Amino acid sequence: MIARRTALLAAGASLLIAPRALAQAAAPSGPFTLPPLPYAASANEAAIDAQTMEIHHGRHHAAYVANLNAAVAPHSQVAAMPLEQILARLAEMPEGVRTAIRNNGGGHANHAMFWSIMGGRGGEPSGELATAIARDFGSVATFREQFERASTTVFGSGWAFVTVTRDGTLAIAQKPNQDTPLMEGGRVLLGNDVWEHAYYLRYQNRRADYVRNWWTVLDWEKIGARYASAKAGTLTI
Amino acid sequence: MAFTLPSLPYAHGALAESGMCQETLELHHGKHHQAYVTALNGFVEKDANLQGKSLEEIVKMSYGKPDMAGVFNNAGQHWNHNLFWPCMKPNGGGALPGKLEAKITSDFGSLDKFKDAFKQAGATQFGSGWAWLVVGKDGKLATAKTPNGSNPLAEGTGTAILGVDVWEHSYYLDFRNRRPDYLTNFLEKLVNWEYVDSLLAKA
Repeated sequence: MIARRTALLAAGASLLIAPRALAQAAAPSGPFTLPPLPYAASANEAAIDAQTMEIHHGRHHAAYVANLNAAVAPHSQVAAMPLEQILARLAEMPEGVRTAIRNNGGGHANHAMFWSIMGGRGGEPSGELATAIARDFGSVATFREQFERASTTVFGSGWAFVTVTRDGTLAIAQKPNQDTPLMEGGRVLLGNDVWEHAYYLRYQNRRADYVRNWWTVLDWEKIGARYASAKAGTLTI
Repeated sequence: MAFTLPSLPYAHGALAESGMCQETLELHHGKHHQAYVTALNGFVEKDANLQGKSLEEIVKMSYGKPDMAGVFNNAGQHWNHNLFWPCMKPNGGGALPGKLEAKITSDFGSLDKFKDAFKQAGATQFGSGWAWLVVGKDGKLATAKTPNGSNPLAEGTGTAILGVDVWEHSYYLDFRNRRPDYLTNFLEKLVNWEYVDSLLAKA
């Protein structure tokens, strides 16, 4: 997974110097593309039904990608930038498309991260990450409690995140809509989507039940790898 | 109990033929709206400054105050849903009362232009929120959109005479991600234009 992420990053970085026409030839609707789900839509059935996964990925996320591509299309310098740089430098984006980039670029980054940390069977974090959670939150139980509270108290659409600094410090954050800590130059260890579209078909108004169940489909090995990347300075979105 | 959940002016299953199923209304009215009322009453119970105040007063006094965000969210949503329910009726949509249509045509150019502007407002409200038809301070009709629990009363943009909820809970069971289809359906099959006309007369 890490190898694949790095490869994707390298491809993104090469766009910085590749002529835009070349990038377009490779992906006519690019430069951004919807990443395939890294597992079957039913893989997270313990917490998220397959229909929700299909609509969430194939419709909602796909729309963010399409709208982001449309927003950056007239701005070749922006189109050539890696997503995390675009988001960290929102204030410098062309005014006419800044909100579109914020909403859709944020949506693209958030969802790409979201798919990548699920598909597992829950359980407990291990190794260095487990140590960091104990250090920064006191215990896994307290960490979960704080994250669940952050998830259930976002009013309206948004996300709950765990951010990670270069020195490995963890913290909980809430963001509205598709905003992300990437917009402050931060890095995201993990995050949960609490837009109603993420849970309404199965949980309806019971967001708290969704948030509690969500732990059971996390892949802590992948999250542990994100933690290592963050400390190595190679974590992007 | 300072505030109470109003009854729907129709049965929970009454809009099912018009694109809003019974389950949506049971959840939206009985769970979502009820939760806003319950939360608002909780704030009022704890805060003497809120006691005895009307819903409108609470919405206005809490707007834009970070330390009153919880009050505002729930008061705003109570107000918004109170307006929303009677804006719909079984077999709604259809022809507009003459005065309302004349006013819309005069202020938007045509009924279709109004519908496009209203749908555009709803479709482009990113995330949770509402789209509105308001009578502005200049007496002219205009469309507006507001995020989450906000509304034209709070923002001082005019008197709302029609509102549509574009939180996903309002349409996800019936339309999934297709918010524009929900908005078209709302205008063509759900709106109670007589009620909108009555609010215009009072505005």
